[in-house]
Amino acid sequence: MALPVLYLFIRAFDAETGTAAALVFRWRNLELLWNTLSLTIGVVAVSTLISYPLAWVTARTDLPFRKTILTLTLLPMAIPGYVMAYALLSLGGDAGLFAQVFGWQVPRLSGYWGALASITFYSYPYLFLNLRSGFMGLDPAQEEAARSLGSGTHDIFLRIWLPHLKPAYLSGVLVIGLYVLGDFGAVSLMRYETISYALFMQYAGSYDRVYAAWLGLMLISITLVVLIAEARLLRGTRLSRVGTGAMRYHTSQLRGWKVPVMVGSGLIVVASLVLPVGTVVWWSAYGATYTTWADVGGSLWNSFRASVPAAALACAMALPLAYVSVRYRSGFTGMLERAAWFGFATPPLALGLAFVFFSLHWVPWLYQSLALLVFAYAIHLLAEALGPIRSALYQAPPSLEEAARSLGAGPFEAFRRATLPLLRTGTITGAAFVFLGVMKELPITFILGPIGFETLATNVWGFTNDALFADAAPYALILLLFSSLFVALLFARETRN
Amino acid sequence: MKPGTDPILLRVAQLGKTFANGNRPVVDRVGFEVGRNEIFAILGPSGCGKTTTLRLIAGFERCDTGTVSIGERVLECATEHQPAEGRGIGFVFQDYALFPHLDVAGNIAFGLKGLSRAETAARVRATAEATGLADLLDRKPHQLSGGQQQRVALARAMAPQPALILLDEPFSNLDAVLRERTRDEVRALLKAAGMSAILVTHDQEEALSFADRIAVMRDGRIEQVGTPEEVYETPRTEFVATFLGRTNLVKGRARGMQAWTDLGSVLIDRPMAGDVVLSMRPEHLALERMDETNCNGLCGTVLERSFKGHDVTYRVALTRGDCLIHTHNRDAYAPGDRVVVKALEPAVVLETEAALA
Repeated sequence: MALPVLYLFIRAFDAETGTAAALVFRWRNLELLWNTLSLTIGVVAVSTLISYPLAWVTARTDLPFRKTILTLTLLPMAIPGYVMAYALLSLGGDAGLFAQVFGWQVPRLSGYWGALASITFYSYPYLFLNLRSGFMGLDPAQEEAARSLGSGTHDIFLRIWLPHLKPAYLSGVLVIGLYVLGDFGAVSLMRYETISYALFMQYAGSYDRVYAAWLGLMLISITLVVLIAEARLLRGTRLSRVGTGAMRYHTSQLRGWKVPVMVGSGLIVVASLVLPVGTVVWWSAYGATYTTWADVGGSLWNSFRASVPAAALACAMALPLAYVSVRYRSGFTGMLERAAWFGFATPPLALGLAFVFFSLHWVPWLYQSLALLVFAYAIHLLAEALGPIRSALYQAPPSLEEAARSLGAGPFEAFRRATLPLLRTGTITGAAFVFLGVMKELPITFILGPIGFETLATNVWGFTNDALFADAAPYALILLLFSSLFVALLFARETRN
Repeated sequence: MKPGTDPILLRVAQLGKTFANGNRPVVDRVGFEVGRNEIFAILGPSGCGKTTTLRLIAGFERCDTGTVSIGERVLECATEHQPAEGRGIGFVFQDYALFPHLDVAGNIAFGLKGLSRAETAARVRATAEATGLADLLDRKPHQLSGGQQQRVALARAMAPQPALILLDEPFSNLDAVLRERTRDEVRALLKAAGMSAILVTHDQEEALSFADRIAVMRDGRIEQVGTPEEVYETPRTEFVATFLGRTNLVKGRARGMQAWTDLGSVLIDRPMAGDVVLSMRPEHLALERMDETNCNGLCGTVLERSFKGHDVTYRVALTRGDCLIHTHNRDAYAPGDRVVVKALEPAVVLETEAALA
């Protein structure tokens, strides 16, 4: 993990000092930085406006169909950003969906607002989910205690709710921030120049790899700043319940507000779920010009060829990593674990680029091979496999293995017979997360894939980029089918917890 | 000596363990022996090193110094570390550590090796019947009550028929009524199976009623080993005296078999000279109502009275300090009554490292 990133540094400093300075201190970089940051701020702001009320009404009010609304508003997180962008792009223009169905001439959404909408629609559920569990974990007794001490509603909001929700909000914002920084599909289709997009153009178009390396470093630095800021802000916030006893929830009555709230929630669902699914289905039925179902089958096979071994590899790496980090906690194992999370947080384009430099220097025969691509995927998504395996491991106390040892089993046999059976579900879940993560993955595939290697994701992007919406649709349709599997899995986990 | 004729099963000598982050040893030169078919208890407050001692014997941890051997076999010494799986010692965990993915039968069969399918099934059945689990063999651990889980943990450890079973606070997760009954059952089972056992507990009543012999442990050291009667009636140190039950600690000056204390002149259990600290159990003292015949004895005033059902505890104020006295419940004194305190047994002389404050 560290080595490829180190290589990014080495490549970046390949340039002579003067050239390097010229690359770093140019207006364009500032412009890219501003674009990236303003997009991040915009997405966070809009997501907050959507998520905060939504979290409150689904967690603490008597809104009808709360469960349904919850489910429908979480679903968009399974939709890749470039499919969101596809849906929004294919609406407008002369040959767009609106023109064909309703005869409306609407300009095609693009640029800042297009990127903002596509990223917000798939990333707000992360903030929503966090805020909602914040609301759920808010002990009503604290409110009651505050009331008994003379606080009014306004006071309770400021002094109880906000501090309590802060950690949940910040971790939600972190996820969204990382998505915006790492997003390539949506911003590129919307032709909005962020650092990620510029990096790709630099790499794919002009082959100026030193400048690409600098852009990658910029991305990684911003990511680091965001991660450190988050850790700083969260330091020392311990807001779990100290007392014991069951929590008694009381729900607020919406009364006359029920209908407006339902309509609002409905609009969110229409924009973030009905719209992408609907457009993909409509365009699939419309009929493609170039795409045949055999092409789709070929891409699906390629996606499989990459995601199945990546999922297996990620689990094979995550199992021992989770084991040592849970059972032998130390500074070193903590660092290993953080490295896995960093691989996940690093914008995929920067990570892919790092792998390019690394492999060209050390293992040139692996460059643009499926094996290297699979390895890069596994490193990038290792944390996704690590999470469920780790939490499963916490359910298996070390005394189980000791019991097995005292009954005559050697160390490996004790692990295999006493602990491994308890990790089965966690490992399968982790593998599924990685599998679906790879299916949706776009930028790493572009940078590291073998020449002519086309997956479902690259085809959706490629046809959309050429405004061939009907040709992109079948690929997107299959992708959405797999994504819905992802969501089903997530819900199965949620309900079990 | 032929195997099996040695009356001692387990020998522990000079056992020492210091954890990486601590400067004081958790287990400090611990030594004791456990006989065949003997039930031994290690009693001490939490953090005294008793569980670590048990884990060293089981082979879950490596010791820094000392030896552990079973019969002729050395399990642990400076050059040798027999892993837990090679020791043939059963272990019952405080949280039972049942395998959640296996049913009761699977848990009991886990440690059975080299047996045919039919033999395994027969052994599982026999063990389950002995432990009263015969009807529960196809249940999963989470479908069992606490008491049942406890029995599965015991059955699992007993099934491979180890010579020694280690019990790490096995009754602490049971409620009071169940605890007492389970304790008696487990003791009977171990005795019937002819197995030796070491119980680790912080509950003095549990140790006294469960074990044939008790080691009292504090700060990594064993302060006294003996039968329950010995450690209770003649504690060696102040700590042992107070940890095993309520007692009156009194300072005094001894000469021969007598000592002069705040409780007046008392008989002591062995000849001594000079300053001593004595332990007198409240039930070794008696009260009499004060009248003309006994008023030159040790007089005092009743301060408090707490009724405990089968007996009554009085706190009596004497000229210097006060003391506790258990009496049977037929004598009734009220706070304020003038009484005379009498010693029924000689006081026990304690080895002191620090004089009483």
